[in-house]
Amino acid sequence: MEQLKRLEALTAAIPSDQVEDVREDIVGELFKKSRELCSDAVTVTNRELLYRSERLDRIFTSKLWGFPIMLAMLGVIFYLTIAGANVPSSMLASFFGWVEGYLTLAFQAIHAPDWLHGVLILGLFRGTAWVVSVMLPPMAIFFPAFALLENYGYLPRVAFNLDRLFKKTGAHGKQSLTMAMGFGCNAAAIMSTRIIESPRERMLAILTNNFVPCNGRWPTLILLASLFMAAGFSGGAQTFVTASVVMGMVLIGVVVTLTVSWGLSKTALKGVPSHYTLELPPYRKPKILNTILRSTLDKTIYVLRRAIIVAAPAGVLTWILANIYVGDSSILIHFVSFLDPFARALGLDGFILMAFIIGLPANEIVLPILLMGYLATGSLTEVEDMFALKQIFLDQGWTWLTALNMMLFSLLHYPCGTTLVNIWKETKSAKWTFLSFAIPTAIAIGVTFLVAQAARALGWV
Amino acid sequence: MRTYTVALAGNPNTGKSTLFNALTGLKQHTGNWSGKTVSLASGHYEYKDARFQFIDLPGTYSLFSNSADEEVARDYIIFEKPDVTLLVLDATALERSLNLALQVLEMTDRVIVCLNLMDEAKKKGIQVNARKLADQLGVPVIPISARNNEGLDVLSEQLLLMSTGQTPTKPYRMKYNEQLEAQISGLESQLRDIVGDEYPARWLAIRFLDGDRKLIATLKERLKAADKGGISLGTAKALGSSNSGHSF
Repeated sequence: MEQLKRLEALTAAIPSDQVEDVREDIVGELFKKSRELCSDAVTVTNRELLYRSERLDRIFTSKLWGFPIMLAMLGVIFYLTIAGANVPSSMLASFFGWVEGYLTLAFQAIHAPDWLHGVLILGLFRGTAWVVSVMLPPMAIFFPAFALLENYGYLPRVAFNLDRLFKKTGAHGKQSLTMAMGFGCNAAAIMSTRIIESPRERMLAILTNNFVPCNGRWPTLILLASLFMAAGFSGGAQTFVTASVVMGMVLIGVVVTLTVSWGLSKTALKGVPSHYTLELPPYRKPKILNTILRSTLDKTIYVLRRAIIVAAPAGVLTWILANIYVGDSSILIHFVSFLDPFARALGLDGFILMAFIIGLPANEIVLPILLMGYLATGSLTEVEDMFALKQIFLDQGWTWLTALNMMLFSLLHYPCGTTLVNIWKETKSAKWTFLSFAIPTAIAIGVTFLVAQAARALGWV
Repeated sequence: MRTYTVALAGNPNTGKSTLFNALTGLKQHTGNWSGKTVSLASGHYEYKDARFQFIDLPGTYSLFSNSADEEVARDYIIFEKPDVTLLVLDATALERSLNLALQVLEMTDRVIVCLNLMDEAKKKGIQVNARKLADQLGVPVIPISARNNEGLDVLSEQLLLMSTGQTPTKPYRMKYNEQLEAQISGLESQLRDIVGDEYPARWLAIRFLDGDRKLIATLKERLKAADKGGISLGTAKALGSSNSGHSF
């Protein structure tokens, strides 16, 4: 304790009025010495090369070209993802269909009971097979492409371009970096908001991160866009339209992010944006093979594993709910018909809402649950390719409005369970965790309701 | 086998995580932007008869208490006392990197400087004289290219030598203006009386004069804990936040 007392006395003895000067002196001396050391040890042989990054930045962050280039890059990535994923997705689907046939034969050969075949093959196997074939190909293209841009050093330029918009809404410019992380995984993006020092602006970033679609929602958006929005086109035009629709969704997400940030910083999170310096690192040519390999191993496989781990039990659960009867219909149907009237008002149906509710743990499983719900109750079409899929939806009375509103709901609704847990861990506040659930949910319901009512009133459907 | 702790410090975006991955074989997320590593990650690797426990500190430009990550990095170096602090400098932006290096050299003797991104520097026509720099800084300076696995052998050897106390260093200590120096030396001797050799007294004196309340508070907590039987809470707390989940 002796030590401590003497330390206290010493602290008290330091005058506090000169603190500013001391810091300035220290920093000044540090800079001087660094420059001195550098002039001794560093020789620059070619001045021209030094300014390459600056010249590139004049284009990438220019007022005129900054936004078009950004949108074009995103568009190209979506186009490549959609164009490249189509064939492998169908191939995987038919491969799993082929395996399923043999598995069914094997079950028949050993005279396995029907319910076992139902749980394991129609529930577990089909659910997982769908997750793999719908998710793997787009992820295997999207993640590496995005990682290449990231390693090249493009992300901070995006932040630079968007900075002005975020400032105007009262948010922090670095929020666009955390948004970019959200494209991969909102749960991880919540952690990345630590780069924002001010608690107010960090909270804004946390509350709005959900409005960028994560890997769990890409497949839903891509699939529905290509099946319903681009149906009238074929070939390259179809891919182009699909990519544009997906991009439109992303832009809607950005607009909602900015609007919600603006609204919150005028009300619950009042304040002015703080100053910060954003560093624009030099552009570096990424190690291409290395980046592709790493992002495939780390991201694609990781995400897929997570999806399967959650999808498998959800598949079993859905099958069981669909096959246990209470009265004259199954538990699933009771649940679905309970939700149906409300869902219809939003332009959805009871099954879709049910899938979003059961899909709370992970967005990846919403689509598989929906399919299992549809398949377990009516036409047991064997799903062989992507177009058989559309028939399932059409049989359930889907229109373009159903698809559009499911995409909107997916984009805007509450964050997944993992993300909510992370928000709780990072904010330690029940209130803000609840709000991060409630705000998106309210927006999702409001937007889909308005779109559905408007489309019906105008007689478009 | 003895385990030595090695803290990786440096500016944001100088390739600390890349070096960390190259040495430990772990897969920390890497990317070309500042602020990617927001928490401490740790991993180990073995070289000859030693085992090195690496701590990937968040990248910072200074070690004043400006923000949470600067504090995390600084507290780790001062209170956890890694066997070696590995300073990763960007050879293409040396002046900026040296700022932080000079601050770390005030804090500890056991420093190895890595000049990373040497391949990039060469492409840009920047030549760095590592020997001259080593003479001036008083610690080993090793040119490497973490992403091409170049210079890592030399680095490993140097890590071993320094951990086992076979590399004498004479780190360059910043000199400030006369008035400040007078205040520093007065405070320094008083502080040395209090904390002994446990913490770098000169550096503490500078922080006191700088009015770094947060550091003083942490120091007091440490001394209190030491009084109660020397339970060190710091490590567990610092490592509790290791990068969990995956990041994009």
